[in-house]
Amino acid sequence: MQQAAEAPPPQGIAQVVATGMGRVLVSIFVPVVAFVVLWAGFLFLKDSGAPKLVIVVVAIVWGIGGVAMLYVVANWLTEKLPPVWYSRILPFVFVGPAIAILAFYLLVPAVLTGWGSLFDATGEEFVGLDNYVYSFSNPDMVTAIRNNVLWLVFGTLFSTGMGLAIAVLVDRSRLDRVAKTLIFLPMAISFVGASVVWRFVYSFQPEGQPQIGLLNAILGSFGVGPVSWLTSEPLNTVLLIVILIWGQTGFAMVIISAALKGVPDEMLEAGRIDGATEWQVFRRLIVPTIWPTIVTVATTIAILTLKIYDIVIAMTNGNFNTQVIATLMWKQAFTFFDAGRGSALAVILLVAVTPVIWYNLRQFRGRAI
Amino acid sequence: MSKIRWSRVAINLTVLALIVIWTVPTLGLFITSFREKQAIFNSGWWTAFTDPQGAFTLDNYEKVLFGGDGLANAFLNTLAVTIPAVVIPILIAAFAAYGFAWLKFPGRRILFITMVALLVVPLQIALIPVLKAYLAIDLNGTFLAVWLAHAGFGLALATYLLYNYISQLPKDLIESAALDGASHFTTFRKLILPLSMPALASFAIFQFLWVWNDLLVASTFLGSDKEVQVMTQALVSMTGSRGQDWQLLTAGAFVSMIVPVLVFLGLQRYFVKGLLAGSVKG
Repeated sequence: MQQAAEAPPPQGIAQVVATGMGRVLVSIFVPVVAFVVLWAGFLFLKDSGAPKLVIVVVAIVWGIGGVAMLYVVANWLTEKLPPVWYSRILPFVFVGPAIAILAFYLLVPAVLTGWGSLFDATGEEFVGLDNYVYSFSNPDMVTAIRNNVLWLVFGTLFSTGMGLAIAVLVDRSRLDRVAKTLIFLPMAISFVGASVVWRFVYSFQPEGQPQIGLLNAILGSFGVGPVSWLTSEPLNTVLLIVILIWGQTGFAMVIISAALKGVPDEMLEAGRIDGATEWQVFRRLIVPTIWPTIVTVATTIAILTLKIYDIVIAMTNGNFNTQVIATLMWKQAFTFFDAGRGSALAVILLVAVTPVIWYNLRQFRGRAI
Repeated sequence: MSKIRWSRVAINLTVLALIVIWTVPTLGLFITSFREKQAIFNSGWWTAFTDPQGAFTLDNYEKVLFGGDGLANAFLNTLAVTIPAVVIPILIAAFAAYGFAWLKFPGRRILFITMVALLVVPLQIALIPVLKAYLAIDLNGTFLAVWLAHAGFGLALATYLLYNYISQLPKDLIESAALDGASHFTTFRKLILPLSMPALASFAIFQFLWVWNDLLVASTFLGSDKEVQVMTQALVSMTGSRGQDWQLLTAGAFVSMIVPVLVFLGLQRYFVKGLLAGSVKG
C-alpha cells in the first residue's frame, strides 16, 4: 500500500518505452504459451497411441491443470486492465468458458438439428416438413409414439406412486434403513445392467424344458404354461417399463421421504385429534403439503421416460414392436445415416419435454438471480 | 391397543415383501453368475443351494473377463472414460457458479435462464451436429471425444447444482474477504472452493454414475470398435450375440455393477444431498 503512494522514480524515455514494450510482450507471450500447452495436450490426447493408463493420467492433469491454467492466465490478463475494464471483463472470465461449452455442445447443435430436420438424408436437398410427415405416418413411428406414451404414463405414475407409498410405509417400519438402501440401490445400476437382471427374470424356455426365468417358473408352479414375455406385444413394453419402475422408485422414495420429514407433526396430531382416519390424514394433510415435491419427482421421471433408450436396446433392440422415439432416432441417424429423419425425431423429443422446460423456467422466475 | 400392534405387524410384513421383490432379481443374477452352464439350464437358480447339480465356479468370470468378450478391457476403458469425464467439468462449473452467484454483469439473468432451460434438453438434439463436428476434426472414436461430450452435457447440471450451493454461502464472508483486499479470483480459490467441497462431491458422484452407466453417448462418439468400447456397449453386444449364454451375461452384468454400487453405498450421503439440491438432467 505504501509503495503505491510513493512517487515513481524518475525514468528516461527509453526506459519507459522498454518496460511498456516488455509488458505488452509478456501479456502476449504468456497466453500464447498457455494456449500452446493446452493445444499440445489436446493433440496428444486425441492421437496418442500411449497406454491407456498414461492417457488417463495426462487427461486428468490436462483436465484440472490445463483448465486451472486457463483461468489463472485469463485472470492475470484481466488484472492488467484499468479497474473499470477489470470489473467489466472479470465476470466473463468466470462464466465465459461454461457458456462457450454449453453453446458448442447444446445450444448451437439444437439449432443445427432443427435446421437439419428440414433436409433430406444427406443434408443437401431442402424437403420442408417431409421428415415430420414421415415421422407421424410411418407405422413403426406410430408404434414408437404409442410406446413412449405407455412409458410416460405407466413409468411416471408407478415410480412416483410407489415411491410415495413406500416412503410413507417405511418410515413407520423397523426395517426402514435396510429397506431404503435396498430399494434405492438399483439407482446405482446402469439401465443396461438392470436389463440383464430382468432379461433373466423374463427368460423363456419352450414348454417341457425347465423354466429358469423366475416369472415363468412361478407361472409353472400354478400349472400355467410358459409365456414368451418379450415377444408378446404390447405386454413386452409394459414389462420393460417394470425395469424403469424398479430403478426409479427408490429415487422417488428418497426425495419424497425427505419431504415427509418436513411435514409438521403438530398438524398431523391436530388432524387425528379432530377424528380424521389415517387415510384422511394422508390424503388431506400429508399429500397437499408435499405436493410440490411429488410434482418435481414426477417431472424428473417423466423426462426420463420420454428419452428412454438403454432399456429398449438391451432388452429387445427395439424388435417385437417395443421401439421408442429415442431408439428410432438413433437408428435413423447412425445406422441408416438419414440425418434428416434422425434430426426430425430429435426435435420431436425436444418438443415433448418443452412443457417441463417451461415449467422449470416459471418456477425460476420467482427466485432472485 | 391390539389394533395398533396388528397394523404395525402388517406394515413390517409389507415392507419385508417389498424388500424381497426388490432384491430377488439381483440375487438371482448374482447366484447364477457362479453356476456352471449346465446347471443354469437344468434348474432355476433358486434351487442352487438345495439341489446342487454342479459346484459353484469362478470360470464364468474368467471367461467373460479374459475371453472373446474382453470385458476386462472394457472395464479399463470404462474407467478411462469415466474419471476424466468427471474431473474436467468440475472446475469450469465451479467458476461459472461463482460468477452467476456473486458477480454482477449485463446478461447475467438471461444467460442463467438459458442454462436452466438446457438442464432437461434431451441430448439427442445434439448428437448429429456434434458428431459431424467431431468427424471434421477427426476426433471421433477417441476417449477425448467422449470426455468432452460428457463434460458438455453435464455442465448445465453441474453449474446449477454448484450455484444452488455457492449462492447460499453467507454474503458477509465474501464481502469481508473483499474488504481484506482479496480479489474475486483469490476469494474463489482460497475460500469458495474449499467451502464447496460437499457440493463438488455430490456432483462428482452424479457425474460418475451417469458416465459409468451411459450407453448413448458412448455408442455415438466411441463407435463399435472393440478396442475402446465401454462395458455397457460390451454387455449390449453380448445380449445380442449370445443372449442365451446366461453364465457369461450374468457374470458380465455383475462386473459392470460392482463399482457404481460400491461408490453409491460408500457415498450415499452426498448423493442424496445432491438429489435434494434439485437435480434433473437432460
